[in-house]
Amino acid sequence: MDDTLLTTLTVNGRTVTRRIQARQHLSDFLRDELGLTGAHTGCEHGVCGACTVRVDGMTVRGCLMLAVQANGRKVDTIEGLSDSGELADLQGAFHRRNALQCGFCTPGMLISAQELLASQPDATRDEIRAHMSGNYCRCTGYHAIVDAVEEVLASRRGGRK
Amino acid sequence: MKAPSFSYVKPGSLGEVFDLLERHGDGARVLAGGQSLLASLNLRLSEPELLIDITGIPGLGGIAVSGRTLRIGALTTHRQIETSAEIARHLPLLAQAVRNVAHIAIRNVGTFGGSVAHADPAAEYPACTLALDASFVLAKRGSERRVKAREFFRGLYETALQPGELVTAGEFPLDGAGYRSVFLELARRHGDYAIVGLAAHARIAGGKISDARLAFLGAGSTPVLATRAAAALEGRVPDAQAVAAAQDALSKELDMPADLYSSSATKLHLARVLLGRALVALAT
Repeated sequence: MDDTLLTTLTVNGRTVTRRIQARQHLSDFLRDELGLTGAHTGCEHGVCGACTVRVDGMTVRGCLMLAVQANGRKVDTIEGLSDSGELADLQGAFHRRNALQCGFCTPGMLISAQELLASQPDATRDEIRAHMSGNYCRCTGYHAIVDAVEEVLASRRGGRK
Repeated sequence: MKAPSFSYVKPGSLGEVFDLLERHGDGARVLAGGQSLLASLNLRLSEPELLIDITGIPGLGGIAVSGRTLRIGALTTHRQIETSAEIARHLPLLAQAVRNVAHIAIRNVGTFGGSVAHADPAAEYPACTLALDASFVLAKRGSERRVKAREFFRGLYETALQPGELVTAGEFPLDGAGYRSVFLELARRHGDYAIVGLAAHARIAGGKISDARLAFLGAGSTPVLATRAAAALEGRVPDAQAVAAAQDALSKELDMPADLYSSSATKLHLARVLLGRALVALAT
């Protein structure tokens, strides 16, 4: 029963072991300890979505998971997902559609959009909006983001990537 | 903001949990999905000494039908409820309601037991458990008891849970054929806390409503079962007159406190609107 715990987790395919303070949430651990600053801290209470990462294949809020809770688990951040090419079509569409300006919300947007594409390949525009409504953007006004996601949905349905 | 300092432990058995709760009392908080608790710690709304992570304890998960009861384990996530074929088939009210719980990232981690024990007045499950006449299994060292949902929610964030007790499951009676459900919620934006919501479950036979359970959320410090509105509908076809009679009965039985965004009158008006919409949906 400790304020710090020896924790082992796999991040973007690499296993890391660190002694971590119980109070430190996963986003802060990724950013401050591992230098993976793609996950951003916006609100720190789960509503803005800027901290969204993937744990054991599920999108989660990095600010609402303690780093010590990731013990034995597999974490993917935007850095890993981008390097692997998994998000290439989404990233291309975001560029073409001007779906980012400052980029603060973008990692969370991409990871959330990818989960939608996997779970609802026939999503309508309204369903895209409902799903993405957990990620806030202060710059773009959202429509370009929805357009980008819609474009990728259509092209994946058409069998092209 | 950052959470204050605390210790963390992840026991492997309920016995260890009960030991820890006894030893630390109010200084310990139980951590399941953490989607409410960790937010409150980040906002420094509470400062426990110790978090007891119960997600490693076997036997607290799962959705299973046994005879005429469906059991939902406390550690079942919202996403598991959302994607469960058993829930879709036997408790469609929950399947509808869970889609209103925040967003997928929260639903992937947040749990049924955590939501129920936290008892937020704007939460979806508490109202559903009233409408479905569910019971909760509460365990403490050496014993287990069942409390009906209708007796479980006592006040603002206050439940029948005693110190040293945990919710381990929800048990839902499966009604016979002919029951229909509708879940409706009004929120400023999708995924926001509800302004007001309604979990409605009733028997429809020959176009007539009976045994209506109308449970409102966001209507006070606990979910509220609108028994007078239900009585006004008993045995009737939900036509315009019946709906109006139910809405009038509702106005007399609901006491809706104002919140930051809506006056009492607005909330009552919205509750009446939801009742009307729900009755139309049930009858169609």
